[in-house]
Amino acid sequence: MAKGTLLGLGSVIGLAVVPLFVSNTYVLHMLVMVFLWVLLGQSWNLLGGFTGQVSYGHAAFFGVGAYTSAIMVKSGLSPAAAWWGLLLGGLVAALVGAVLGWICFRLRGPYFSLSILALSEVLRLIAVNWKQLTNGAEGILYIPAFNSKAAYYWIILAVVTVSFLTIRAVMRSKLGFYFLAIREDQDCAESLGINTTKYKLYSLLISAFFTGVAGAFYMNYMGFIDPGIVFSLSDISIMMILVTMLGGAATMMGPAVGAVLYVLMSELFRDPPLPKGLPFGEQIAQVLKSGHLFFFGVLIIVIIIYFPHGIVGTLHEKWVNRKARLAGRAAAAAPKEAA
Amino acid sequence: MSLLELKGVTKRFGGLQAVGGMTFSIEKGEIFGLIGPNGAGKTTLFNLINGYFPLSAGEVVFKGERIDGMKPHNVCRRGLARTFQVVKPLARLTVLENVMVSAFCHTDHRAEASRIALEAISFTEMEPWRDRLAGSLPLGMRKRLEMARALATKPDLLLLDENFAGLNPAEVEKTIAIVRKIHGSGVTILIIEHNMRVIMSISQKLLCMCYGEKISEGTPAEVANDPGVIEAYLGAAHA
Repeated sequence: MAKGTLLGLGSVIGLAVVPLFVSNTYVLHMLVMVFLWVLLGQSWNLLGGFTGQVSYGHAAFFGVGAYTSAIMVKSGLSPAAAWWGLLLGGLVAALVGAVLGWICFRLRGPYFSLSILALSEVLRLIAVNWKQLTNGAEGILYIPAFNSKAAYYWIILAVVTVSFLTIRAVMRSKLGFYFLAIREDQDCAESLGINTTKYKLYSLLISAFFTGVAGAFYMNYMGFIDPGIVFSLSDISIMMILVTMLGGAATMMGPAVGAVLYVLMSELFRDPPLPKGLPFGEQIAQVLKSGHLFFFGVLIIVIIIYFPHGIVGTLHEKWVNRKARLAGRAAAAAPKEAA
Repeated sequence: MSLLELKGVTKRFGGLQAVGGMTFSIEKGEIFGLIGPNGAGKTTLFNLINGYFPLSAGEVVFKGERIDGMKPHNVCRRGLARTFQVVKPLARLTVLENVMVSAFCHTDHRAEASRIALEAISFTEMEPWRDRLAGSLPLGMRKRLEMARALATKPDLLLLDENFAGLNPAEVEKTIAIVRKIHGSGVTILIIEHNMRVIMSISQKLLCMCYGEKISEGTPAEVANDPGVIEAYLGAAHA
């Protein structure tokens, strides 16, 4: 077994036993949120990072996944819908992805990004107005199937593991090579025998599927959704991009690092751990709380300046450059003899 | 049957006719040169042949099958590969990965793609550059990468678009040798080139175009002595 495989297996087992030792629901909740954002970051990363198709509208798939699961549970299809509802949420999201991709992939670059943004807003408006199906802006309330956080923890850990392994396998196959080629130069990819429309769609389908699963999980875990939450441009679509960018787009571990940072940051600002007895403590806390998006924005700007390819991306690049400099010295000498 | 046949190929961009009524054919095993002053429409012709632009009129027949109207990826899969004059390296991939991308044209397996790619890399003598990022290559190597990548799709016909431009004399010699080697392995070649010494020495047939139209076709010597060609390049006073 390779070292990487052992390390991966070890981490998954290590993470899986956490709920056996940690019974603090707050900690478990935080970890669940981290895994949810790892899943969302990974999904966005496949299309936006590896395939270079920057989507501003992934809330569409999150929302569709969440509502699929919610509607299924509400219509009483099965009490266990919380389980296989995740899968169905992903499938319906992928189906919606096929339609959106068919429309938006006629456009390239920023035009693709904006068109998918527009369509995700359209879906939000449909969710608000189609009251018979979605209960409109009142949202859907559902009593979660499991009482313990540990159950949800294991579910989301399993889903994240599956999505990580899937994306890693994809990126090591022909599909992955084609995705990267499309990101680097679509015209060139096309002339090298790649049906760019088809492969962009494949990337979107996988990405939409896992985003939909995340949406369905969110619904089952939180027990309440409304269109403003699950189709949110700022809290879902943009956050998915920021989480990925923070950690490092087009890297396998980037979304994980970004998710940890994001969840940690939002918790710190939600309840700033200021020392007791600090003068004006109350007021400072108030400022931090109301300005949490502002401070998150500042953090992102700082990271973009010092880590232009995200934290994982930039560190990896530094390492590769060092290796290339060493190898380059050897390579630069050799071709001269050959020429 | 000719390998590639163009019948009245025409391309208009709005009111501008970039290529007009181009008719010629390339036989299997030839090195066919395409010359002409800047703006004559040579690269546009390549873009028409490989499906990057739709034709305004005419037909392109490759191995007996009409390929005009096909997408470039389908044209490539039928055995017609091209290089780009303005090189298009997949910058953040290594040389090997670049060539593997095109090697996946005829296989789904990574190991097989890697084998084909390594073969193309060694054929174009790029081994020392194998693990470099394509974006960090000097121009000469980027041009050679274009050839390696095109070769890895296992073409029957290779379109080379100014692969000699910007090379130093040593690199020119090297590239001539590689083009001859590619030809020797049974690939037919259609080449655009401004370097007359190169094109006169390697091509068996030559076609000169100007303002989108054919002004001369024949052996290199015939074309070089054609008064029309001399006029197009040097002006009427020299013809």
